[in-house]
Amino acid sequence: MQLNVKVKRFNPEKDSAPYWQDYTVNADPMDTALYLLLKIKWFQDGTLTFRKSCAHGICGSDAMQINGENKLACSILVKDIAKNDGDLVAFEPLPGSPVVKDLVIDQTRFFDKYRAVMPWLINGSPAPEKERLQSAADQEIIEDATKCILCGACTHACPSTWADPNYLGPAALLKAYRYTFDTRDEGASDRLRVVDSGEGLWKCYTIFNCVQACPKEIDITRWLSALKRRAVLEKVG
Amino acid sequence: MLFNHDVVIVGAGGAGLMAALYAKEGGADVAVVSKLHPLRSHTGAAQGGIGAALANEEEDHWMWHAFDTIKGSDYIGDQDAILIMCQDAPRTIIELEHYGVPFSRNKQGLISQRRFGGHTRNYGESAVRRACHAADRTGHAILHTLYDQCTRKGVRFYDEFQVLDLLQTPDGTVNGVVAYEILSGDLHTFHAKHVCFATGGYGRAFQTTSNAHAGTGDGLALTLRAGIPLEDMEFVQFHPTGLYRLGILITEGARGEGGILRNNSGERFMERYAPTVKDLAPRDLISQAIYKEIREGRGINGEPYVYLDMTHVGADILEKKLPEITTFSRTYLGVDPVTQPIPIAPTCHYAMGGIPTDYNGQVEKGQRGDFVQGFYAAGECACVSIHGANRLGTNSLTDLVVFGRRVGMHMAERLRTEGRTKEPLIADPEKRTREMLDGILARQDGENVATVRADLQDSMMKGVSVFRTDETLTEALSDLKTLRARARATTVRDKGKRFNTDLLDAVELQHMVEYAEAIAAGALRRTESRGAHSRDDYPSRDDAAWLKHTLYWSNGEGEYRFADKPVTMKTDEFPQFKPKERKY
Ligand SMILES: Cc1cc2nc3c(=O)[nH]c(=O)nc-3n(C[C@H](O)[C@H](O)[C@H](O)COP(=O)(O)OP(=O)(O)OC[C@H]3O[C@@H](n4cnc5c(N)ncnc54)[C@H](O)[C@@H]3O)c2cc1C
Ligand code: FES
Repeated sequence: MQLNVKVKRFNPEKDSAPYWQDYTVNADPMDTALYLLLKIKWFQDGTLTFRKSCAHGICGSDAMQINGENKLACSILVKDIAKNDGDLVAFEPLPGSPVVKDLVIDQTRFFDKYRAVMPWLINGSPAPEKERLQSAADQEIIEDATKCILCGACTHACPSTWADPNYLGPAALLKAYRYTFDTRDEGASDRLRVVDSGEGLWKCYTIFNCVQACPKEIDITRWLSALKRRAVLEKVG
Repeated sequence: MLFNHDVVIVGAGGAGLMAALYAKEGGADVAVVSKLHPLRSHTGAAQGGIGAALANEEEDHWMWHAFDTIKGSDYIGDQDAILIMCQDAPRTIIELEHYGVPFSRNKQGLISQRRFGGHTRNYGESAVRRACHAADRTGHAILHTLYDQCTRKGVRFYDEFQVLDLLQTPDGTVNGVVAYEILSGDLHTFHAKHVCFATGGYGRAFQTTSNAHAGTGDGLALTLRAGIPLEDMEFVQFHPTGLYRLGILITEGARGEGGILRNNSGERFMERYAPTVKDLAPRDLISQAIYKEIREGRGINGEPYVYLDMTHVGADILEKKLPEITTFSRTYLGVDPVTQPIPIAPTCHYAMGGIPTDYNGQVEKGQRGDFVQGFYAAGECACVSIHGANRLGTNSLTDLVVFGRRVGMHMAERLRTEGRTKEPLIADPEKRTREMLDGILARQDGENVATVRADLQDSMMKGVSVFRTDETLTEALSDLKTLRARARATTVRDKGKRFNTDLLDAVELQHMVEYAEAIAAGALRRTESRGAHSRDDYPSRDDAAWLKHTLYWSNGEGEYRFADKPVTMKTDEFPQFKPKERKY
């Protein structure tokens, strides 16, 4: 079918403001949205710019807004965003970070927040000869959170982040959960000190936008709530 | 700008990050330069597992692992390096676990292990559970943990910097790289004591592939251009189970959990090809079997695909142990593996060949021990050679972490013993790169990059994939001559400096032609069938003539030459490693 594709373009090198550009693209309903963009880039307009790599939803390069929702372009099919000839598909960069060019955003701040939560296993005890034991049930506590690909779809869908750019945001907080609840970790108190702050956990008002945006279907709000409980316990206990 | 570091690692996948972490821990000042943000590296796509004889589920020994790897390699993996890898693998996995990799666990709380193709107990007796995994996201779990640890340790990252040249002194010592900062379009020089390439796989030269768009073999092309050879390039692995038409991978772990391959009559055809291990035979044999089924008219509905049947495995295992591939099948094909068989066909997956190194990752310029000073390689872009003519599943991740670690430690050790003094840079190191880029940008008319790339992928698929003959290979080589000229005459529409991926696509296309020629030329020269290299006109393995590695040099103008390199054998000590007919 023939689609009417609109892309929000912006190249700070030469444009004073973002603008919409229209393309007409022939597509199969089973094509990915990423493939629509590739077809434009490859055969119509090489200047159109976006990130991509794995093309099957695991590297996290191509989170963007498609018809107003944060999606991974490679993980959504044409049939899910357009039904008929002439339907409109609109691509925009993720909202809330500076635009580098077209659909490419500047992720500096996003990764600064990731680094802020001490996103690594902290364990000062001497390492055993073999692996540290962890039951399958204990592993299950962090399993869902380890699926995160840090694509940024959640943080850039979060109204709290839009309102306060310094708020750590769901992706970084989820990472804090992933390590704090890892039974092998001993760094909870240090990490909680960071997230139990004005720009941390309590800016999460359980709006659930993050859960809706997550391409890996992670139950982010649930894990952030668990982290909040833990933070409270830490203070009380 | 000029950046100074002891160690510059190019590539931030599993191999690059392992090297970085261990070099840093060894006291080196380490920079990682990567065209992708590290977390976007294709190591994150690895699904099924990482091999190590931990014996968490049943009896296992690293010696059995070594035997399987040697046999899997069709006897041209280097046995000294294989022994090191299999012996080092368990403790390296334990170190990864201590760093925090969220492995799946078994009932005892140990790392869970599952079966994988070609991995057996007691020298081929039956399948063994050796693949450590984190559900079917093993690579993702490892990549993210390594990145987290490198961040913690203060490794310096240059994200979205694409390396476009390797710098050498007049006597050939490597002492830096030139990188293009994608954001700004500026060129930078990195001056280093040691450079390590960890640039990953290069499946993008083929039309159907499980590899990322970034898998364009940059590291190989730059190495060739520096007058350094590539090894065993003819061996390219096609994984049996790619989603039909798309090439997206369905891990061998699916068959490890009980999946069965079936042809148009529902027959479990692998029983005919590998009576003992059936659907868990190594990849080369299964891909060739699938092609035979298809050729002989037993593809599904007469189309070039067969089925991977998981319907008897049950929703529980699919959702719990294979959640990613279950989702892939549902999303991309609209096929639910719980109730329907998955249409699959072989997909270009892994490159056994690459930059020749010893077991410390030091690059060799020809024969053994003749090193290119200052230059290391690790991961899929390197050829140690562990995988010989055919890699076993789970052995790439093992290779990355074992040899990435060794490279990191080796570089740090040399800095400690030899000091940090660097060889001086040549004058205007960025000149060659600047002129190359300016040349592309200045061209006003020429062919479109994507058109030429599609033709390249088509030629490679037709002539150089699972089955090869003198005729198909000669044709591919003649196509490549034209393609080289075409690739050098493309034009790009984006003439700007900022995030110009149009320009980089043009550069990458030129790289693809260079290593594609190495693959095709090596395949034409090797007049036998071994592992993934299967010649219709020379159907058997010929140990008398070909039990050896290929070295390939090119002048970048279509003139190339070869040399042989002997395979390192340990058969005096270990008679079980003697070449035999490969049966499964
Ligand atoms: C779908 C899939 C599933 C797999 N599953 C398994 C499995 O279960 N078990 C297993 O053992 N193996 C598996 N493999 C194979 C394994 O994942 C790869 O061989 C391995 O991850 C390669 O790692 P690497 O570190 O060498 O390279 P990569 O992870 O590919 O990283 C390459 C790096 O090089 C950088 N780079 C490249 N060119 C340049 C340049 N010019 N300048 C700067 N940086 C550059 C990239 O940015 C990237 O950071 C799988 C492969 C695929 C495709
Ligand atoms: S391209 Fe990797 S997630 Fe979409």
